[in-house]
Amino acid sequence: MTPKRRRLSIVVIGLVMLGTSAALVLTAFGDNLVFFFSPTDLQAKTVAPEQRIRIGGLVEQGSLEKSKDGLVANFRVTDLQNVIPVTFKGILPDLFREGQGIVAEGRLVKGSFIASEVLAKHDETYMPKEVADALKKSGKWKGAAQP
Amino acid sequence: MHWFANPARFMRIAETVQPWIAGLAVLCIAAGLYYGLVISPADYQQGETVRIMYVHVPAAWMSLFIYTILALASGVFLIWKHPLADIAARAAAPIGAAFTAMALITGALWGQPMWGTWWVWDARLTSVLILFFLYLGYMALVNAFDEPEHGARAGAILALVGVINVPIIKFSVDWWNTLHQPASLTRLDASAIDPAMLVPLLLMAAGFKLYFLAVLVIRMRTLLTARRIRALHMVE
Repeated sequence: MTPKRRRLSIVVIGLVMLGTSAALVLTAFGDNLVFFFSPTDLQAKTVAPEQRIRIGGLVEQGSLEKSKDGLVANFRVTDLQNVIPVTFKGILPDLFREGQGIVAEGRLVKGSFIASEVLAKHDETYMPKEVADALKKSGKWKGAAQP
Repeated sequence: MHWFANPARFMRIAETVQPWIAGLAVLCIAAGLYYGLVISPADYQQGETVRIMYVHVPAAWMSLFIYTILALASGVFLIWKHPLADIAARAAAPIGAAFTAMALITGALWGQPMWGTWWVWDARLTSVLILFFLYLGYMALVNAFDEPEHGARAGAILALVGVINVPIIKFSVDWWNTLHQPASLTRLDASAIDPAMLVPLLLMAAGFKLYFLAVLVIRMRTLLTARRIRALHMVE
């Protein structure tokens, strides 16, 4: 074995071992690397009452209700399987609308979610408004943004 | 590969090619910016804010592309001991760091109006920040020695270890729930970007690639000349 081939094999073996250990570490972290839980994830988990978590999903169509002064918003977040009611006091982001994906941070109190922060999520689709309108008109629209 | 590894030959080729690449880069970026900021339509969801994409996305692609080049050059240096590979890696690192910073800053500017926050610690954003620190760490390490050649081995090993971050960044949006949206272009079905928006995006991407090549060549020539001057001083 020439020195070159030896160095090549050391580098290759090193990279393979590095990749394996990184994969093991990332798998072990599991839930800790997840930015938010879906309503279905929450059903399967037990969350301590005071624990701060993030939930994510779509704002259910027709579920948004604002208080008279417009400060408190009540809406439901869905992943199309399970639903969780959310209460938020504050200013919602520009992109917030029904059918839009959002991530909310807060606490779970008696089955409803008290959010302290609401972030809007957008999907990977980009198109001009005219194209979106045309798609909706022709019935080829794929539906709301995915969470 | 070995044919190009001769520094004198590299210098001669670089000298002739470099102005052409630089000119083409300016053309592509100018056309891409005009198309992206003026001609291309506003997004149906994001409105005019979508135009940040034409800088943010190509810059983010470059941050990964340049790191891959840096790691490849480091691997070539470790295995075949080509000094030119070390020069290429050193020359590429600051350009990659600059593009990563650009992706992070434009990303924050985009996140504020769209998501409602400048920064979140989700898997995509955090792994890109680590990439930025890897670039800075590499630059600090290779320049920490009085003899530049001594830093080369340590730097190359650091660059190779850091390469594990590249697939993590790329697939972070698929492996975990993130606030950042998944890829629009590299997916199994058709791209999720309207052609009118794809054209300026690809123009900018080509422009950034050419810019990188042009600056890389300038930096490599400078580093080679600096090394030669140093060697001449040693002889005296």
